[in-house]
Parts: sequence; C-alpha cells; structure tokens
Amino acid sequence: MNATPAIVMPSTDEEIWRYSRIAELDMSAYTHGHLRTETIGADSVRVTESLAGIAMTTNPDIFAELNGANADVISLRIPKGVVVEGAIHIVHHLEADGVVAYPRLVIDAEENSEVTVIETFISNDNIHSLVVPVLEVRTGKAARVNYLTINQLGLSTWQIGHQQSAGHRDSTTRLATVALGGDYARMRTEVRLVEQGASAQQVALYFAGGTQMHDFRTLQIHEAPRTHSDLLFKGAVRDTARSVYTGLIHIKPNAAYSQAFQTNRNLTLSEGAWAESVPNLEIETNEVKCSHASTVGSVDQEQKFYLESRGVPPEIAERLIVFGFFNEVIDRLPKFADVEMLRTAVNHKLNPENEVAS
Amino acid sequence: MSTLEIKGLRAEVAGKEILQGIDLVVKSGEVHAIMGPNGAGKSTLSAVIMGKPGYKVLAGSITLDGVDMLALPTWERAIAGLHLVMQYPTEVPGVHADQVMAEALTARNRGTEGMSARITQEALRINMDPELVTRALNVDLSGGEKKRNETMQLGVLEPKFAILDELDSGLDIDALRDCARRVEAATHESNLGVLAITHYVRLFEELKPDVVHIMVSGRIVASGGAELADQLEIDGYAAFV
Repeated sequence: MNATPAIVMPSTDEEIWRYSRIAELDMSAYTHGHLRTETIGADSVRVTESLAGIAMTTNPDIFAELNGANADVISLRIPKGVVVEGAIHIVHHLEADGVVAYPRLVIDAEENSEVTVIETFISNDNIHSLVVPVLEVRTGKAARVNYLTINQLGLSTWQIGHQQSAGHRDSTTRLATVALGGDYARMRTEVRLVEQGASAQQVALYFAGGTQMHDFRTLQIHEAPRTHSDLLFKGAVRDTARSVYTGLIHIKPNAAYSQAFQTNRNLTLSEGAWAESVPNLEIETNEVKCSHASTVGSVDQEQKFYLESRGVPPEIAERLIVFGFFNEVIDRLPKFADVEMLRTAVNHKLNPENEVAS
Repeated sequence: MSTLEIKGLRAEVAGKEILQGIDLVVKSGEVHAIMGPNGAGKSTLSAVIMGKPGYKVLAGSITLDGVDMLALPTWERAIAGLHLVMQYPTEVPGVHADQVMAEALTARNRGTEGMSARITQEALRINMDPELVTRALNVDLSGGEKKRNETMQLGVLEPKFAILDELDSGLDIDALRDCARRVEAATHESNLGVLAITHYVRLFEELKPDVVHIMVSGRIVASGGAELADQLEIDGYAAFV
C-alpha cells in the first residue's frame, strides 16, 4: 500500500488529457504533505478501518494510483436503515506551500440508509501546492447519498481529483460540485450504475476568472437494466480563464431500458476566455433513452437588452443573467448546502475588484 | 407635461433602410396609434426608440423633453422615462421579475421599500397571478401571462412614455382587455403618453387613441383621429400603399 508507484506522467496526446495543463506539472516540485482537516457531524458513522477500494476497483490514472499509495483516508459507514440527520461537513485546509496531499473520502451507505456529505477544499492564494483528492461512494440497495464538493482553493493551487461511485439496486447517488478556485483544477467524476434501478445525478457549477482553468471529465456508466443518470454541468469563464468539459455516457450491453441525460452549458464572459465542451455517447444496447446537449456562448444579447430596457444598468443585467444561468444548478444542490455563501462567492467571482472586506 | 419628439428619423437594419423619415410628437396623456401593414417598419421604430443593438440611425433625432435619447444607452433611456412593452418578451432563464424590478427601481433611486406590495397590487389590477413574479421571466408563460407581466412592470415603473409594440399580439380577449384598460388608466392617473403599434383596431376598444398614424414603407403617410382606424377597418391599407 505504501509503495510509491513509479511516476510516468500522462500527456495531452491521450484523449482524456487533451486540453489539460498536465504538461506544466512537475511532481518533483512537491514534497508529500498533509491537509488540516475538520470533520463535523461524522462521529456516529466514521470508522477507523480504511474502506478504500469499495467503489474504485481500478486506478484510472497515475494520480489515483498515487492517492491509493499515500492516502489520508476518512471512511464513513452508514449502517443499514440509518438516516443521518443534517449534513456531515468535512473541511480541508491546505496550508503548506510546495506539498502534494492525498486525501481520500470513502462513503459506504448500506441498504436503505441516507446521508449528506459536504466536503470543502480551501487554500490561500499564495499556496503553490497540489491536492489529489479521491472520493469513493458505494450506495447500497435503496440507499441515498448526497455529496457536494466545494473547491475554494487559492489561485496558485492545483487539483487533480477523482470521484467514483457505484450505485446498487434502486439506490440514488447525487454528486454535486461547486468549483470556484484553483489555478488548474481537474476532476474526473464517474458514476457507475451496477444494479437494476440505480439512479445517479451529477451537477456542477464552475466559474473561472483570471488565468484559472477548470477541467472536468465525466462518465455515466450504465451496467445494469433500468438504470437512470442525469448530468447538468454549467460553467462560466471570464478574463483569460479556460474550462474544459468532456463527458461520456456509456450504456453497456446489459443495461437495456436505461435512461441517460447529459447537459453542459458554458458562458464566456470575456473576449479572451475560452470554454470547450465535448459530449460523447457510447450505446451498446437497444431500448434506451439518451440525450446530450452542449453549448458555449456569451451572454445572450436579447436577454441583456430586455433587462436594460427596464432601466437595469448593463453590468447588473449581466450579473442577473449569470446568476439566473447558475440558478438551475444551485436549485439542485443538497438541501443543507449554504446557498447564500455560495451566491456571495459567485458574486465575488463576477466583481472581484468590488470586494468589500467583511 | 413631457414631450417625446421624433424628427426626420431614418434607420437601417443589416444595411437596409427601414425607417425613411419619421416625424412624431407625443405629449403626456396622449395616445398615438401607429398602424400599418407587415414590413412597414413599425417594430423597427420601437426598437430604434429604445436603442436595441443591430439598428443603425442614419439621420434625425429622438428627444424627450429636449434631451437627446439617441446619445444615451438603452438603460438610461428607460431611466429618463421611456418604456418598451415588447411584442415577444424575451425569456430570461433563472431571473425573476421581482429581481428585475428591484434593480430597475434602485437604478432610478426610488428604493425598493413597499415594492412587493406594489407589484402585487399592480398584478391583481390586471388579473395576473402575483406568484408569476417569482418565476423565471417569460419562461413557460402563456401569451396572455407574458403581456400581463409586461403591463405589470409598466405599472410599477411609471414611465413618462410607453411604447407598446403589438401589445395585442398573442393575447386572448380577456388579457387584452385587462392590459389595454390598465394602460388607458395610466394616461389619466399618471399622465402616461403612449405610442401604440398595432395591426388591429380591437386594441382601441379599451385604449382610446387621440391620433392614428398610418405607416407604410418606413414613412407616416396619413394621420388623423380615431375615425382613420375605422376607415382602415373598412378599406384596408390599399388606399395608402
């Protein structure tokens, strides 16, 4: 477990790393370090044994492998039939400069249990470090897992993360992301629906400014009949920021009568900002219902004119439209999310120069 | 008493001259109807008055109490007292009418105290469900609901002049009566001046025009009293084309 794998860096020649900034990464610039982690509300379900490996059976890349060898693991086991009240909050502070940290959160929701977990990553703008987080979720028969990750990393911090869930019979897995921070922040998020009737929802709000880059690779993998997945990712880029979304719906031969939906929408708020969206479908059986949609565009001029014709100044009209754009995602976040805090953070991304100390 | 004056207005869209010299003077409390066949330039006139992107003014002026509207961006024209009721109100996903009213009032330095009560009052006056103001603007609304929503905003913002771009299109008879009656009332209660663009005289059952203008091929070819609309109803535009 502790043997550090030989590090062979991927390259942008590989499709899954296309458009990424992986070529800029020098692992030798970092020493192995740790996060300072606060955990609230987990006492009754946290277990001391490591549950690593319950959902991620193979390592999709070198970073998942490095995490496997070095992880600081938090394992949660929700016993059969238990509904955890409120939300479990896990807040990671990345305080050391020049380190690479490997947090791993494992959630094992047993039959008919329910839990909401909100995991937040925070660092200051001057922390030149790398965080390689892994999330594993096993959603047992008829269980419900609601998960939200909030990226509030500083503007010098990198993230290369993985999320993997396995949904069992008639279970519901919801993976939500709010990504505002990081210099380069990548997340590969994969839901597997492994037994009949399993359902998964993935939503994300991401907003990059300055020279930030957000990079999402999503997979919706249907391995059993009558499974359902729904994905809604909405992003905005301003200044010279960039974002990449590539998503795959994969319906395997055994997954007849499944439904899978994937929507990615992007707003480019500045001339120099850039967003890429690449949806993909791979369907290996009949009798399925799938759709995907993707858009990249600037603020709709008709919408802006409508608001301005009421007497709303242009910059406020644009702010209303961006908030309206993100509302669809905010409405789908777990009910215990601090939506007002998130709105304030989004507003700060829109008007960083107007920041008022509070 | 305010005056909206349009003089010698010529404008083009995509290199094609649509307005070929429009002269109009509307005073507070007056209702001017602009009627004309499809393609006459009626909607272009409303867009140019409000400063919609994509329209280029070639000559002429638009002033409100002597202030040059063409020099102002759209939102400042609205603050100055112009209000456009759109033929096809734009859907703005995730943005609610009450948020827009709050920003619009703030920009006018009018404050938002009592705004909710005012919105509800205006909505009920035109038989609009007040709950609609907390839903996304014009998304999944019927034609009647959209125009009621437009009319509610007019009531709350109290502009000096309203430009109604085919208020009567896509509207059922009940909604048309409610909206037209509200605009007519505003001409008395707050001395609203109105430029009503329409194809149909049925609008005038509730909204009484003081002057009717016939617009053909980018020009006003005839002006008269309400009887001009009645004549149109019988003879059509043939006499003017």
